[in-house]
Amino acid sequence: MTTTAQGNQETAYCDYLLRPGNTNCAGCGMSIALQWVDQALEGEKPTLVIPACCGIVTAGAFPTSAYGAPTAAATFASSPALATGISTIAALNEETQPVICWAGDGGTYDIGLATISAAAERNENMIYICYDNEIYGNTGGQRSSATPAGVVTSTTTSGKGERKKDIMAIMAGHHIPYAATLSVAHRDDFIRKIKRARATKGFRFLLILSPCPTGWKSEPEDSTELISMAVRSGLFPLYEIFDGVRYCINKRPDGLAIDEYINRQRRYRAVAGDPTSLQAFIKDQWHHLEGMVKAFPATDEDGDR
Amino acid sequence: MARELVTGNHAAGHTLALAGEANSAARGCCAGAYPITPQTEIIEYLRRFDFTKGRVVPVESEHSAMGVCIGASLAGARSFTASSSNGIAYMVENIFAAGFYRLPIVMIAVNRTLGPPWNIWVDQGDSLMVRDAPWLQFYCDSHQDLVDTILLSFRVAEDSRIMLPTIVAMDGFVTSHTQMVVDLPEQEQVSAFLPVCNVGHRLQHERPTTIGGLTWPRETEHHRIEIQKSMERVPEVLTEAIDTFEKIFGRRPAGVLAATQTEDADTVIIACNTIARTLGNVVKARRKNNERIGMVRAKMFRPFPRAELISAIGSAKRVGVLDRNHSPGSGGIFWQEIAATLRQCPDVLLQNYLVGLGGGDVTPEIIDSIIDDLNGRTESVEPIWKEIAA
Repeated sequence: MTTTAQGNQETAYCDYLLRPGNTNCAGCGMSIALQWVDQALEGEKPTLVIPACCGIVTAGAFPTSAYGAPTAAATFASSPALATGISTIAALNEETQPVICWAGDGGTYDIGLATISAAAERNENMIYICYDNEIYGNTGGQRSSATPAGVVTSTTTSGKGERKKDIMAIMAGHHIPYAATLSVAHRDDFIRKIKRARATKGFRFLLILSPCPTGWKSEPEDSTELISMAVRSGLFPLYEIFDGVRYCINKRPDGLAIDEYINRQRRYRAVAGDPTSLQAFIKDQWHHLEGMVKAFPATDEDGDR
Repeated sequence: MARELVTGNHAAGHTLALAGEANSAARGCCAGAYPITPQTEIIEYLRRFDFTKGRVVPVESEHSAMGVCIGASLAGARSFTASSSNGIAYMVENIFAAGFYRLPIVMIAVNRTLGPPWNIWVDQGDSLMVRDAPWLQFYCDSHQDLVDTILLSFRVAEDSRIMLPTIVAMDGFVTSHTQMVVDLPEQEQVSAFLPVCNVGHRLQHERPTTIGGLTWPRETEHHRIEIQKSMERVPEVLTEAIDTFEKIFGRRPAGVLAATQTEDADTVIIACNTIARTLGNVVKARRKNNERIGMVRAKMFRPFPRAELISAIGSAKRVGVLDRNHSPGSGGIFWQEIAATLRQCPDVLLQNYLVGLGGGDVTPEIIDSIIDDLNGRTESVEPIWKEIAA
């Protein structure tokens, strides 16, 4: 394996997408997710486009890089614009490797939203993956529009008042061929969705709830268990949307109380003992989702789920 | 070569398209396209053009227009776009990024006043706003100069000794929307003049690099020093390009600047773009009256041609700089550069005139009055506003 930015023609193809020696914190969801993306692509290396976020810090400093794939560090709001140019030229030269935008929630929900919307509306050929840690993690933990209600951040010191933005509904509104939510606690489902995205053409949007012990004030060893709890409690539903109009739920809540989840993260300390606002959010979220699935179910043509 | 009566925008769009088409044998071309008055016709022309191996992406903003160009160029393609005024302002972050990535993108800047208040007429404050970005900048005085400079820009920008993006500027409306007779190049000539674009550091799966990631101070300093060294090579590389251009097209465009009758001049006036054309007529008329007056048409602003400027000014005692742009709290932006350059010539009386801001028509009479003012001066003062709006 090579660890230099220059790479090496002999070893490049047996390289890892995320190399050892990267700068990720212990328990970071990205470390799991990038390895699983690599495994799902079965050795095929994408071109990565990464805006300002922890994901580019992961690479480390020049001339080394933790990424075993050609990688462009984009300005904060520009990753889908760069990816448009890259995938356009790849197509003109009949190159088939996927172009993947790898961005945090700040670059996706907030500063990059107009750019993502435009690339999705043009149905550009790229896989957009948001690793969502529900906070501006790279700058030390400020609120984003992906931060859930009640969460304490350095800019919402008594707990955020507003609910998390529904980015999946926004992306569905663009009628993109494929959108899905992914969990780093559900490997089979995760791998299947990456393969599904890889096999689809056009703009594909994948949302990963990505644990961040530093920002969530949680223990690194709890990371995957926390995500499992988020899925089981119904806080983070696993589902797919086809062409923006057909819905499929992959996992339903099993009744786990949300208290279990919030009590193990000090970011929720402002609402610890009174999770009613989160419970109301979960109820509304599932009311909407079940309604969509009932009214607009996925069909057999949408394939294995 | 077709001699045609066309607008500046048409000439620019046509030339960009032929340059893009000329890269079909390599990795093709791509433009990010977003409209803004007065450059809109350029991106419309590009969208209509049927590229063999290229795509013009209709994006949602200037920021993304440059983003698409960056992506395409990182993928090894020839890339170009056009913008004006607040569009350039909105694009600024990615303008800097394109230069720091060392990508040879060519952008047409159709100069327009920045707002608010909203004004669509000419003022060079938009492209000069990014004077501290790692881009070459050329200012064109005619439609023909525009066509020729666009072609030269691709050749110089993509030269492995330079590898920097380039702005080619023209006056909004005065150039973009008026017609002049132009020798429009043929595809074969453009293809003969422009080698295929080779971005040596492009993204490649055979050599997976991370471009634009983190650097320490040492690497960052080195990066900036390399950019400066490339800037310093521009005059030489540009001259080579002009020599080749002359062989293929049979004419010789202006290089870093154009001096007229400065050899024996006591007074030299410096201006760019179409004001320089008007100034040329004024100088000609005054020469008929045996005045020892000359002019310098400023063309290349980045890198700023200090040595060539000092040489062009010669033994002039008075130098007047006409600026159609304004750096609040300072003065004209060309004047700032020229003042820094003429520190080496302490005996020269240098005076700045701010004229035609917001697109006011700079007539020969106004230039005459400026020259009269300059000739009557015994010392320079703060930049003088020459208000002309009636």
